[in-house]
Order: sequence, then C-alpha cells, then structure tokens
Amino acid sequence: MWFEELLISIKASMVLLAPEMVRPLVSALLSSMPILMSFGGLFAMVTLLERKMLGRIQNRLGPNRVGPFGLFQPVADGIKMLTKEDIVPHSADHLIHFLAPLILLVSAMLGLSVIPFGQKLVAVELEAGILFFFAVGGAAELAVFMAGWSSRNKYALLGALRAIAQMISYEIPLILSSIGVLMAAGSLSLVEVVQAQAGGMHAWYIWTPWGFLGCILFLIATLAEVNRSPFDIPEAESELIAGHMTEYSGFKYAVFFLAEFVAMFAMCALTATLFLGGYHAPLPILSFIPGPFWLFLKLILLVLLFIWIRGTMPRLRADQLMEFAWKFMLPMSMANLVATGLWIALDGGVLGWILSAILNGAAYFGWSHLLSRASGVKPRVYQYADDPQTHA
Amino acid sequence: MNLLLTIIALITLASAVAAICLRNLVHCVLCLTLSFAGIALTYLELSAEFVGFAQVMVYIGAVTILVLFALLMTRGGKELHLRSWNPGHWLTGLGAGLGTLGVLLVGIFHSKLREVTPLDTKDESVHALGNSLLDTYVLPMEALAVLLTVALIGAALLAMPERSRPGQTFRKVSSTKEGPVKD
Repeated sequence: MWFEELLISIKASMVLLAPEMVRPLVSALLSSMPILMSFGGLFAMVTLLERKMLGRIQNRLGPNRVGPFGLFQPVADGIKMLTKEDIVPHSADHLIHFLAPLILLVSAMLGLSVIPFGQKLVAVELEAGILFFFAVGGAAELAVFMAGWSSRNKYALLGALRAIAQMISYEIPLILSSIGVLMAAGSLSLVEVVQAQAGGMHAWYIWTPWGFLGCILFLIATLAEVNRSPFDIPEAESELIAGHMTEYSGFKYAVFFLAEFVAMFAMCALTATLFLGGYHAPLPILSFIPGPFWLFLKLILLVLLFIWIRGTMPRLRADQLMEFAWKFMLPMSMANLVATGLWIALDGGVLGWILSAILNGAAYFGWSHLLSRASGVKPRVYQYADDPQTHA
Repeated sequence: MNLLLTIIALITLASAVAAICLRNLVHCVLCLTLSFAGIALTYLELSAEFVGFAQVMVYIGAVTILVLFALLMTRGGKELHLRSWNPGHWLTGLGAGLGTLGVLLVGIFHSKLREVTPLDTKDESVHALGNSLLDTYVLPMEALAVLLTVALIGAALLAMPERSRPGQTFRKVSSTKEGPVKD
C-alpha cells in the first residue's frame, strides 16, 4: 500500500504544479505516461528475451554481440529500424497505409488503460472495463484490414483476410471463456474482479474447475487473437512473406511489432487479472511487496509461456485453425459456462466444485472423443520412417 | 450546447457525408466506420457506457468487417465511375431522405422520452441494465437470442457444401457441368 500511496501523492503534487485550466489534461497525461513508458521498455526487453529463449530452445546462443550478454540488442534494433528507408508502394493507398499501424498501436495501448495495476492504480476506472477492453480490441481487425488492403499486394490482402477471419473466430471463445469470471465476480468492472480474488492464492479463479478450463481456453484464444505461434498463419513466412506487413518497412514495420507485443502484454495482463488474482500476492504474508510487481511477474511468466509455445509447436493449417475454433473451443466454452452456473448455484462449495469438475471433464473427454471419431482420423502409420525396433 | 458533443457531431456528420460522396467503396466503408465511432462517442459522452461499448463492438468490430468482406468478394474494391448525372436518382434519394427525416422528427417530437428527466446516478447503469435484461425483459432477450441463433444456423447451412451422391464428390459434379474444353 505504501508504494501506491507514494505514487498517488507524487502525481497529486505534480498536478497541483500545473495551472488550473490544464489540470485534468495533466492528470490524464500523468496516468498514461507510466503505462506507455513501462510497456515500451518491456517490449524492448521481451524482444531480446524471445530471441534468447528461442535460441536456447534451438540449441544456439541467440544475440550476444551488442553489450554484455547482448543486452543492448534492442537499442541496436531500434536504431536500425529508425534509420531504414520508409518505402511505400507506388500504387498503395498512402493515407490508409500510413494510418493502419497507428490504429493498431492505439487500440492495443487503449486496452491497457483499464487494467488495474494496484488497488488504486488504474488509469481509467470503468463500470464496464472488460467490455471496453474487448471493444477497443475490435479495432485491431480493422487496422489489419487497412494495412492489407492499402498495400495493393496479393500477399498482404490474403494475409489480412486470414488474420481477420482468425481474429473474429477466436474472439467468440475468448469472450465466452471470460464470462465465467464475470459471473462469479458479479461485475463487468476489472477492479471488482480483482477484489473478488483477494486473500491469497486459494481465492484465485484458476483453482476452480471452470476457472482452470476457462483460463486454458482464454490463453489459446489469446494466442490466436494476437497472431502468435502456433496461430501465426496470417504472417506465415513460407507462404505469405509477412502477411499484412509485407509492404511495410522501417519504422512502420517496427510499430506493427510494437503493437503486436503490446497487444500480447495487454492480453496477458487481462489473463492475470481474470484468473490469476491480478495484483494480489500469492500469499498474504508477501503482500508488503507492491501490487504492480506481482502483476508484472504474472505477466512475464505468461509471456515466457507464449515464447515456450512458439519454440515448440508447429504452425497450424488454416482449415485446422478454423475447425479448432468453431468445433472445439466454442462448445468447450459453452460447457464451461454451464459449469460456472452450477458452481455459483451451489455457492462455490465442495459439492459445486466436484459437480462442475465432473461436468467440465465429461464435456472435454466426451466431446474430443466424438470429434475424433467423426473426423475419421486414425493414428498415423509411417511406411518407412518407423522405428524398426517396434516391428522386430 | 456542449462543445465536446458539437465536435463529435460534426465529425460524425462529416464522415457520414464522406461515406456517401467518396468514389472508392473501401474509403466509404472506412468513413462509415468513423461515423459509427462518432455515434459511440456520443453515447459515452451521455454516460451510457454499455451502449457505447456495444456500439463499438458490434458496429466497428463486426458490421464494418462484414461489409468489407462482402465488398471485396463482390467488387474487389475498384473505384466507381458514376459520372452521369441522373435527375431521377437524385429526386428519389431526396424523397427517401426527406421522408425518413419526417418520420424520425415526428417520432422524436411525440416521444415521451423528451419529458423524462435524466438520471443523475450513472455508476449503477451497467448493473441496472444487466438486472433488467435478465429480469423484466428476459423474454424479449431470449426471443432475440433465438432469432440470432436461427440466423447463425441459416448462414452455416448456406455455407455448407452441397451433399452429392455416394461416390461423387462436390468438385467432380461442378467440373462435369462445365464440360470438357473443345478445340
């Protein structure tokens, strides 16, 4: 609490320095500055972390030339991106081509404004905070379309169409899997959702059966929503060059990457807020460490999980991706809603816990069994590449 | 008059006019999106949070994308060259516009909502809305949900490939219909 009080009193005294007329403006600026700066810095460090980790997964060192342990690599990358020539195709739609990365970045940044970083540290406290988050996320689809269409390039347009189809399909399980939390917390406000999970690790929603399934569904949908591997079909290098970013170069390309990473951070922060107790410490004894620290810790752990997934999973095919969203994720999140209702109806007791666990388990195993039978896919038999030991 | 509301209204109107006047259809849709955003901002300025966010989600997130997809699949975003001036079109458009305006004006001036004093409690609006949706108005909401589900199933049915006779895939049927290329 002392940390938040300190921040708030610093901000209050700085606002008082400004003339009366511009005080609301200064206050808004001071609230948004830390978010912009900390997530910009986090972006730089996570690009390095990602390259390092992918390097280790692929049995190589990763960037290690610039500075100690390659720590200044993001700076070098930034200088390279800024000094590159900005090329716009001759037949491109210049205004829309210019606006697309900006809209993408703004929509990603706006989502962060409703995330509570501490008990009183929330830039905009909205009654329908989560609705705002998903609403501004919807503008990302438009920005991707603008980028793809205005480039006048078939790869860009194809990539954009794929990206939009994917984002729309996965938005449904994304929102449906977060509804359970809103039902349990009884509010659309993210501040109240976090407050409902106070009092230590056992109160986090991930320890309930519906919260567990919801969290996994939410994370998968998040991967698809921010076009991360294994759902990075829109920018599949081998077939689409770079998707909607094909005709972008220099700083605009960097802005696309920044927007993608900020969107990932925002989604991870939302996951932590909804299922992992937000800014609360895992144990009440540890609550002397300020809330933002815990939120960032959870956020970075989730980002590490994403990098790990990127390093180990192959890319899906476009039709597999769609089938997975509509045939598996959607029914699962519906079943999860019923389980949540059951849990709430039984006041979250032991019986409710067991019943909703049984319901979710039955839905998962039953539905996946039915789906695999209906698809007619049998275990793969290798003609030549099989291990000779098994046949001997 | 509220300054902010005036600016929002000007942006909304200007982008709506641009959506009609521009030649490139994709530009028109993007201007229409801006106009949707202006309407959402108006709702937010009137402290109707839920309606404003729903407007953004439904219109900017879904309807615009739907229009853009439909546009790309039919016209491919080419520029229109309707240079000829057709007085018949203009007169019909003017008549339709004025008629709509008249109906709306009559509706607005006869509405009882004009006499309702605005609520000064805004922090409970989303809670109150949710409660009344699942309490008083649960039947209309369910009816709407059924309607939307029917529309969804209908769309899926339309998009499904036609079932062909056994041993014959859909592709083969369509290729035999065109027939072999003759020299």
